[in-house]
Amino acid sequence: MSVDLVIAIIITLVGASTPILIAALGELVVEKSGVLNLGVEGMMLTGAVVGFAATYTTGSPWLGVLAAGFAGMAVSMIFAVLTLTLSSNQVATGLALTIFGTGFSALFGQPYTGKPIDLFRSVFPPELAMHPIFKVVFGYSPLAYFSLIMVFAVWWFLHRTRAGLILRAVGESDISAHSIGYPVIGVRYLAVAFGGAMAGIGGSCFPLILTPQWVEGLTSGRGWIALALVVFAAWKPGRLLIGAYLFGLIATMELYAKAAGGAFRILPSELWASLPYLATILVLVLFSLRAKGRTGAPACLGKPFVPMN
Amino acid sequence: MPIKLEKRPQPSRLMIYLTPVLAVALTMIIGGIVFSLIGFDGFGAVREIFFAPLINTLKWQDLAVKAAPLVIIAVGLSIGYRANVWNIGAEGQYILGGLAATGIALMTKDMSGPWILPLMALAGIAGGMAWVAVPAWLRTRFQVNEILTTLMLTYVSINLLNYLVFGPWKSPHAFGQPQTISFSADQSLPYIIPGTIVQAGAPIAIIIVFIAWFVVSRSLFGFQIKTVGAAPFAARHAGFSASQTIWIALLVSGGLAGLAGMLEVAGPFGRMVPQFPTNYGFTAIIVAFLGRLHPVGILIAGIVLAITFVGGEVAQTTIAFPYPAVGIFQSMMLFFLLAGDVLVRYRLRLRGSTPAGSTSGEAQA
Repeated sequence: MSVDLVIAIIITLVGASTPILIAALGELVVEKSGVLNLGVEGMMLTGAVVGFAATYTTGSPWLGVLAAGFAGMAVSMIFAVLTLTLSSNQVATGLALTIFGTGFSALFGQPYTGKPIDLFRSVFPPELAMHPIFKVVFGYSPLAYFSLIMVFAVWWFLHRTRAGLILRAVGESDISAHSIGYPVIGVRYLAVAFGGAMAGIGGSCFPLILTPQWVEGLTSGRGWIALALVVFAAWKPGRLLIGAYLFGLIATMELYAKAAGGAFRILPSELWASLPYLATILVLVLFSLRAKGRTGAPACLGKPFVPMN
Repeated sequence: MPIKLEKRPQPSRLMIYLTPVLAVALTMIIGGIVFSLIGFDGFGAVREIFFAPLINTLKWQDLAVKAAPLVIIAVGLSIGYRANVWNIGAEGQYILGGLAATGIALMTKDMSGPWILPLMALAGIAGGMAWVAVPAWLRTRFQVNEILTTLMLTYVSINLLNYLVFGPWKSPHAFGQPQTISFSADQSLPYIIPGTIVQAGAPIAIIIVFIAWFVVSRSLFGFQIKTVGAAPFAARHAGFSASQTIWIALLVSGGLAGLAGMLEVAGPFGRMVPQFPTNYGFTAIIVAFLGRLHPVGILIAGIVLAITFVGGEVAQTTIAFPYPAVGIFQSMMLFFLLAGDVLVRYRLRLRGSTPAGSTSGEAQA
């Protein structure tokens, strides 16, 4: 294998992993606060279409990402009001959010179908990325660096700050946190908003760094894979990074298999396309075997909390 | 927060029945306003989507055709949801049911006889069950969350469908189109009402509703499901096995989704095509909740959702209202229903001057 090919694979891999990693980091924080938001796929689709539209209209991918984050946050608030203020069933509400996001993106994206935008490319001067080794460091979209910074930021926030400690306390024991005087519902609102923004930004990666156009349902289940990754990562940001890059590798293999032919042709392309989903199931099984019941899930995950006073 | 929740001693029965109606009404009002605000003919859309299919009697047969698969799938899902078993991959089981039935149809293409159609139905049920058996096994054996596995398998099933219709199952007479050969008369559902497009799917859906009604309200299994969902510890003391409940709930929902797939491929489609996944499996989730997980409620909710599908097509042709907006109306119904759930379990009180969190310390002690 030539150096160029390895570098090309690494760059494709990072690109393919970035949307899942960003969305999963957001969901990790949401779940750490004790809330299970199954609407990631819907929020990603919303972010994808709004990010595309904003980039197409303004010509600035930076504004596109910003708009995608706000859009994801806005739709996550539907979920927050229903589950936190009205204490509705989190599973059902998350599903409803995904159905809503699918419909919203299909409607909102209709006028943009078939229109081109520029990819959100590296902001470093091209001379820096000339040499293959430098390309591995400087050759990515800003969104890829953002995802890596956020891995650290989320870890630091959860484990090194007081606010992170409160968030984890709320997720582990809502009643105790409430009785100490922490605003359980308020903390969860903020966590859901953060998760929505991250899912929206993650969704915007699809049109901005993967395929520079709007296609209905373009996230094709990546939001669900992000949810699975949070379980696989045992709610640890560092392991989320490993998991996301593992899936990036599988997705990259699929792309190269389609292009390369030869030995890859033995397997039909539909099987390659199924691999990320099959691998997700496999990973969940392996994780469950290893965890033996101790999954590391926040104790209050998915349970509604209603203040008693 | 200006509103305070006060738990009712027991769920309000009135609200259980009233909230789905309220949800649909609110969807029409708020949906009409929102779509008007963003520049569409919002209330024209509500008229065309929710009322035109009811007023125009010619559309009733379309309602029956669309409602049948929704009701059949939703009845199956509701049994699992009652037991807190979340099969959300009914779309995949529906596809597998359709594929299994197609497999039988291709094998029997040179044969004839009244036995072919029942065999296809059995294959459809078996296909859906086989597809959901994997998540059932993983959940009961390894505690792997069925929400994620059923959904992942849906994406795999779409790839399997594409592989078959673009590859081994492609008809040699279709001028390169990715589709199987057309089913023969013995492989297609009979028309129930002469001169209409209503096939055997609609009466089968009604039969399934009544069987499910009997099972849920009259049988020990119905009680077991409710208990496992509502009070897992009590269920264990009563000797109800959690993993047995999960298996049955998933197999029933997968089997019914598979049957719906068979009824669609042997009915309206008449052959297998890549367009076979029509999101019935996902829409059925809304139907199950809007119908309050009750078979008769699901029958009504299935008709309501069918109205929005048919009405969406009407609105597209009459007032050029974009069809994807139907999905927004449908999810709004579910949002409002879930929001309304709070009225079932709680009374809403306006919060007075009591400061938040002031008495919780004493409550704790």
